[in-house]
Amino acid sequence: MAVERFPVEASHILMFARSIGDTNPIYSDPEYAAGTEVGSIIAPPTFAQSSAQFDPDYFLRPKPDKKWFGSGRTASGTLVRDLSEADGDDVTDEREDDKQSGAAAGGLHAEQHFTYHRHLKPGDVLHTVTYDGERWEKQSKRAGILKFSEAVTEYRDEDDELVITAKGVGVVTEKVIDN
Amino acid sequence: MALSASQLSVGDSYSEQIVDDLTRTQIVQYAGASGDYNPVHTDEKFVTEVAGYPTVFAHGMLTMGMTGRMVTNYVGDGRLTYYGVRFTSQVWPGDTLTAKAEVADIRDEDGQKLVDLTITTTNQDDRPVLTGQATARLDD
Repeated sequence: MAVERFPVEASHILMFARSIGDTNPIYSDPEYAAGTEVGSIIAPPTFAQSSAQFDPDYFLRPKPDKKWFGSGRTASGTLVRDLSEADGDDVTDEREDDKQSGAAAGGLHAEQHFTYHRHLKPGDVLHTVTYDGERWEKQSKRAGILKFSEAVTEYRDEDDELVITAKGVGVVTEKVIDN
Repeated sequence: MALSASQLSVGDSYSEQIVDDLTRTQIVQYAGASGDYNPVHTDEKFVTEVAGYPTVFAHGMLTMGMTGRMVTNYVGDGRLTYYGVRFTSQVWPGDTLTAKAEVADIRDEDGQKLVDLTITTTNQDDRPVLTGQATARLDD
């Protein structure tokens, strides 16, 4: 699920900052930003995650030529089994062609880590390299057996310099979490 | 705006309410900006009838993003060198979240002063929904 071209754009940063309720002008006002230590608009610390927008195969975005597992005429466009048996991790099991590991991959997002070598700014054009990390299991009272998997993503710029190293941990639960 | 090592002590803390009465619309707004349209966050029919949850819930990354706002308001823009979290409990529509950073260590790395922060975000029932760490560059 490497992203070949992730152009960092000011309008995307603005939308992203709005969605997390951050009105800091460093994310939207070039004149203000020019007078600060960083000298230009930068992206919020978790913005790199939105590289998903530039992954053509990203499985959590509906695509016109593919059935979507969310609701339409029925509660799910892809699940055909008796819904009374369904639980959280069935969502993963039914999508054989879309299996992947790491952050939020079919299941829940357990951890996310970012190491910043520098901060993103409009005009950056990044690409990513992703590799699998560790896998482990844990027993939990609230959700049964938890299967964790780690994925490391390197965000690199056009000079192939490392900009951000991200590590995501995804977890697939045996049953729906008892809240 | 940035913090100075000389004015900071281990145990100092800073907190902000990062959202009051989280709306389903904000969750959808985050889905649109981040590109993560997982129906467990956006689709009431799917999440209740298929996934088996009581309603939609927030992306962990929305909570991390809103918590990050508290962190950058504290340490200054462009100062973070590391920010990492664990999602410890789900966040639901209607939740009110408070994020807190506490100074765990002030240190020197290759002549650069750094602060290590311990981060906790709790909901209206004082239940932690996110725990983590951040490291930021300090002025001397």
